[in-house]
Amino acid sequence: MQPDFEQVWVYLAASPLTALTVTLMAYLAGDWIYQKSGRMPVLNPVLIAVSLITVGLTLADIDYWTYFEGAQFVHFLLGPATVSLAVPVAKLLKTMRGGFGSLLTALACGSATAAGSAVLIADLMNASTQTVLSLAPKSVTTPIAMGISERIGGLPSLTAVCVIMTGVIGAMIGPYVLNAARITSWDARGFAMGMAAHGIGTARAIQINKDAGAFASLAVGLNGLATATLIPIFWWIWQSW
Amino acid sequence: MLVALTQLLFCQLAGEVIARAFDLAVPGPVIGMGLLLAILLYRSNVPEQLDSTATGILSHLSLLFVPAGVGVVAHLGVLGNEWQAILGSLVGSTIATVLVTGWILQKMHRRHRDAT
Repeated sequence: MQPDFEQVWVYLAASPLTALTVTLMAYLAGDWIYQKSGRMPVLNPVLIAVSLITVGLTLADIDYWTYFEGAQFVHFLLGPATVSLAVPVAKLLKTMRGGFGSLLTALACGSATAAGSAVLIADLMNASTQTVLSLAPKSVTTPIAMGISERIGGLPSLTAVCVIMTGVIGAMIGPYVLNAARITSWDARGFAMGMAAHGIGTARAIQINKDAGAFASLAVGLNGLATATLIPIFWWIWQSW
Repeated sequence: MLVALTQLLFCQLAGEVIARAFDLAVPGPVIGMGLLLAILLYRSNVPEQLDSTATGILSHLSLLFVPAGVGVVAHLGVLGNEWQAILGSLVGSTIATVLVTGWILQKMHRRHRDAT
């Protein structure tokens, strides 16, 4: 009997099992390359996995939503993973004795820099007002950022793309920037990665050092709250000027 | 592990309910994180099972961003003809944020340590 490859292909292309398996395989390949390179931050496993899958989907002519039917099982875990961030943060806060003032100062300045510099650079490079507004909340987790963007008149879908790009860019170049500026303490490195590159930066920090991971987790939570409160207030002041 | 996973999902579910009931801009999982944090800070210690499950999930946090990342590549069209300005803004602002945050914390913590 001749095996019916077309039948098999129709099954594979549409089955969630394929998308799920491919996602895990692509990530393992990305992580393998990253480890083999001696953990070079530019060889970010997420970026490698995304590139491999994108090329695969294009070659096989499968659209994104068919892929997402299977990949959504991985995507779903982002929720419980976000809740899990409370564990390192709780352990950190229980052991911290003072130093809260410096954390809040770094939070306020970092949060203002993240939104302010993004808006300023985009404006200097002649981006449209809607694009500038969409960029303002790019350093916080996707759902918060999309909510802020919508409120101040940005384009939520553009914001979502910018948030993920920011995370990958931060995870790739953040460690080099920290090295160049001789910022060596794990708490400062972690907090900076969480502030600039939200969950994706935190994911890297967690794998590199426990303290850095806890400070990054703390930064993600605090920056989400700070940005969600401050950007709409600044926007309102600027409008009623 | 099953108990810990249930606790995590329960916190997320409670967060989603609160976010919808009060029409909050903060997403459900983030509220769930706040709830769990409040519970853990109130308790004297973190339950061992929850600790190991959370650590296990978080050690693979990068993987969880892959589907969204593929979605970004599929929707790069929204960047349109402004992609240079957007990319410039993202790279510049990321460098500035890392520098400002890291530098302030390192300086202030060092001073804090010197003072004590």
